[in-house]
Amino acid sequence: MSSLLRREWQVALRAKGAIINPVAFLLLSTTLFVIAAPDTVSSDAAAGILWTLVLLTQLLALDAMYRRDFDSGVLEQTLVSAQVPFVAVLTRIFMQWLSTGFIMVAVGPALGILLGLPAEATPAIALAMLLGTPALSLLGSIGASVTVGFSRGGVILALLVMPLFLPTLIFGAGLVAAAEAGSSVMPQVYALSLISLVALAIAPFATLAGLKISLEMQ
Amino acid sequence: MLSASLKRLWHKLGSPRWFFALTESWVKVAGWSALVLLVWGTIWGLGFAPADYQQGNSFRIMYVHVPAAMLAQSLYIGMGVAGFIGLVWRMKLTDVAISACLPLGMVITALALFSGSVWGRPTWGSWWEWDGRTVSTLVLFFLYVGIYALREAIADQELRARASALIAMVGTINIPIIKYSVEWWNTLHQPASFGLTQKPAMPSEMWLPLLVMVLGFYAFAGFIVLVRMRTEILNRELGARWVRDWVQVRSER
Amino acid sequence: MLTLEELVCERDGRELFAPVSIDVRAGDYVELTGANGAGKSTLLRTLAGLHSRYSGAFDSVDCLFQGHRLGLDGLLTPLENFAWFLGFEGRDADRERFLDALQRTGVLNKAYQPCSEMSAGQQRRVAMARWLLSSRSLWLLDEPLTALDASAQQVMAKIIVEHCQAGGAVVCATHSELPVAQKRLLKLEATQRTPDGSVHSGYRDFAKVQDE
Repeated sequence: MSSLLRREWQVALRAKGAIINPVAFLLLSTTLFVIAAPDTVSSDAAAGILWTLVLLTQLLALDAMYRRDFDSGVLEQTLVSAQVPFVAVLTRIFMQWLSTGFIMVAVGPALGILLGLPAEATPAIALAMLLGTPALSLLGSIGASVTVGFSRGGVILALLVMPLFLPTLIFGAGLVAAAEAGSSVMPQVYALSLISLVALAIAPFATLAGLKISLEMQ
Repeated sequence: MLSASLKRLWHKLGSPRWFFALTESWVKVAGWSALVLLVWGTIWGLGFAPADYQQGNSFRIMYVHVPAAMLAQSLYIGMGVAGFIGLVWRMKLTDVAISACLPLGMVITALALFSGSVWGRPTWGSWWEWDGRTVSTLVLFFLYVGIYALREAIADQELRARASALIAMVGTINIPIIKYSVEWWNTLHQPASFGLTQKPAMPSEMWLPLLVMVLGFYAFAGFIVLVRMRTEILNRELGARWVRDWVQVRSER
Repeated sequence: MLTLEELVCERDGRELFAPVSIDVRAGDYVELTGANGAGKSTLLRTLAGLHSRYSGAFDSVDCLFQGHRLGLDGLLTPLENFAWFLGFEGRDADRERFLDALQRTGVLNKAYQPCSEMSAGQQRRVAMARWLLSSRSLWLLDEPLTALDASAQQVMAKIIVEHCQAGGAVVCATHSELPVAQKRLLKLEATQRTPDGSVHSGYRDFAKVQDE
């Protein structure tokens, strides 16, 4: 377990692009959005746009989730040798979340400001990211695991996981909107937590099954 | 002793040959009942059911739309259950079932969306309204498309079976969450819109034909799925002796 | 250590080779041969638990598996790669042992260089050093000679012989023979069709199950 975490950490430090690129993409796409549709700034749509862009960013990052380990053979070594492959999968999902979702917790409020959301809503944005993004990493991991064996799995990955992201999008954007309107955010907090917990219950098993399928494809 | 006989039964259930022999008569039953129920329900619903006091005759699209929407979801859940059985007990027949349900489910979901759109024109005044049910059905369609794309991408039959079973299972677990969240979203954004089918106390002259149509749709789906499954079994078992024997018997008849 | 009983690997509903039965005992070096596409890699992957479609049975102790993809993280140095790999066996990193192993396989000077910056042959040597560090007694090696020069092949033969003498066992799929004196040969032959010419369908037929 600790050696797995250490490896993930070493890799994260050496492949900084995996952390920086999604953030850059998010900033860039926000900029494009605002320039293309200036009216959306400070409007009711801002929270929804923010979450949609976070979703797309996560989707781009997901394609790489297992690809490097798959291509190098590290993945097959993990499944052959790890005493509990389940833990290895969970570690990978956690690190993927740290390098994307957790970053969103910090970047999200800043983007909210760019999109003209009131400063009072920024804690709510951070909270929504914190509760919602784990579901994106977990459910996305399932899609990534069955598509990692394809040379071009990106589009199929999107088709598989985007519908599953919808509840997170609804309640994530809903939480921010509720905070903006000054009403209680508790229903959304519960809903997002529940969605992430359900995802946590199914994703590691499903991912493991998906990775085994992908490893058998060659 | 008990477990041995259970195991044998299980093997039997998973055996394509056994399934093929078993369903020989089922196909006819499902096919004929679909025909009778659909004709009966259509004539009743279109010709004899009273017109709606608010919507006039346009409500009659309900007799296609509601069964289609129900069936669309049932077929997906059916794929999820088949996927679960297939993954847990390694039963290969379940992939035949998934491959039979998938195209039918996609078409029926498209039909539900289309009929909803046609219904929406006179009712809401637009071809497309982002109503809660519409969105749920649309997402369901995307779920179907995802599995379809995945199946297209995997050449190996058994891996294709396992991957699509897994994704169908995950999708089925998520369907209630998606439905609930979309409903919540809908009440938030369109509190005023009235539901199409949630009429207070629909008179029995209106809902009885609907019931007949629903049954007819399910019988039709059963017929199509059985025929497709049987065709797929013949296709996959092409080299097996029992298939050759069966073909021989059929051609001599 | 490794027992195969009538093992047949399947892929896409097709049997890859005729049933294989062998009892691999401590000290055995087994050379797995067969034409391209005979199923050597699939057999090794099956034994390692990476391929699930087979009939027959096998029983195996924990193994060290090396496939076509070496399983070295290109961003990490050999020492870092050893550390996470041995973590699976519940062992701590031991820099001295790691360096000794690299010395043995002739890539000591690459100890602090990311693996992606090495040549294919050097990466193979690093992977070979990993065998020395592992505590697994059964090694499953798929074409380990690829990209190795003559001196590295000599080293590999020596490492394998030593492992066998120490009570281990090695199953090695290869096209070119390894200079090992005592070896057992396991050749994968193509599947024989049944006399009536029927093709295996990939389904388990109920009639057959009942006969069992």
